Amino acid sequence: MGVLLDAISWLLLSLGGVFVFIGGLGALRMPNLYTRMHAASLTDTMGAVLIIVGIMLQAGASLAAIKLFAILLFLLLTSPTASNALASAALLAGMRPGEARTEDEEPGK
Amino acid sequence: MTFLFSAFVLTLLVVTALAIVRTGNLFVAIMLTGIFSLLMAVIFFLLDAPDVALTEATIGAGISTVLFLGALALTGEHERTGSTNRPLALVVVIATALIVIYATFDKPRFGDPQAPVQQHVAPWYLEHTPESIDIPNSVTAVLGSFRGYDTLGEVFVVFTAGIGVLILLGSAPAMRSGKDRTRPVRSSEGLRHYLIPRVVGRFLIPVILLFGLYVQFHGDYGPGGGFQAGALIAAAFILYALLEGKEQALAVLPRQVLTALMVGGALLYGGVGVASMLLGGNFLDYSVLTSNPITGQHIGLLLIEVGVGATVMGVLLSVFHAFAARGGHEKC
Repeated sequence: MGVLLDAISWLLLSLGGVFVFIGGLGALRMPNLYTRMHAASLTDTMGAVLIIVGIMLQAGASLAAIKLFAILLFLLLTSPTASNALASAALLAGMRPGEARTEDEEPGK
Repeated sequence: MTFLFSAFVLTLLVVTALAIVRTGNLFVAIMLTGIFSLLMAVIFFLLDAPDVALTEATIGAGISTVLFLGALALTGEHERTGSTNRPLALVVVIATALIVIYATFDKPRFGDPQAPVQQHVAPWYLEHTPESIDIPNSVTAVLGSFRGYDTLGEVFVVFTAGIGVLILLGSAPAMRSGKDRTRPVRSSEGLRHYLIPRVVGRFLIPVILLFGLYVQFHGDYGPGGGFQAGALIAAAFILYALLEGKEQALAVLPRQVLTALMVGGALLYGGVGVASMLLGGNFLDYSVLTSNPITGQHIGLLLIEVGVGATVMGVLLSVFHAFAARGGHEKC
């Protein structure tokens, strides 16, 4: 049982790492703010969920697992909200989604 | 493993610091400062100092970023390009860096049990915390009781800083019309037109307040205490002000209440000291507060932590409102 849990946990952690890596790559390489945010949000959602669930499996049924679950819940609530606020702020500031601006705009995150 | 991770985070820290120096955009610099503080918090945590890590994360990465943004709203976004070529400054910086690096050669190795810092008073504190104060977190024991004078001084420093900002910026909403040109005028106050952040914020603010109270009163048992809790609770109210507008926030917590918290916290701390003197002990010697010295220590720590939290919260919120009143418009 322990080996199985460990295996699932490591699988989840590695997958989470892959998602974080893809997100980072996308945030660097995508052409404009919105596509970059799309890539970066991958780290917040898939990456964070997979990694935290992986650590929860390592922690087992303990107080630490409950705390990790609270962190997960917090992240799931806040990071999409932050992305939404960022995107609508960019829209209000006059950035149109279609334009490819790479040089003069900082990556949003 | 910890060494590898520390080296990685320290490298990131240097990269972030260089980026802060290099960028001409102050908005970017503020964001990078927040990242710098977060990395700093990670390093403190790796060094087994969760209390300091929590303080750095809440105050460094959280509140001070917001206060910097508030200051930025009063000035411009871009750094003034003036005399960037200052050879004397470069010489001074390089000389100082060389001296500091030279000084590190004489420092004891990291974690060396024979280092002077481990030999002086630290063993005494660790030895006497269980018998004379009896709380699990010896950091709080050192901070609140053994070195109560230092913490009282810190509270007065925070208090003085708050008074200083209030005197400099005042609370003069009459300045609004003159300052409006620095920022594009938005029709609505706060983030009223952002539906999703408001809904999520309404859900999160009570949770943040609850967590702040937990940090406040759990300081005896785990990482936490008045400084972190004050910052967390202030963060909840700042979030409320950003979402609902500062008038609404001032209606919930008027300026008088904030000033009363600021003054009352420092007075409470000093008052506990005076009370212990009146009861026949030394200044800030909590043991005389009740018949049982250990219970006395517990009550004293509880009271002074409340004092610290109230002062920190009052000062941070007063400073935030002072900036917001000057800027006239929301920053984030």
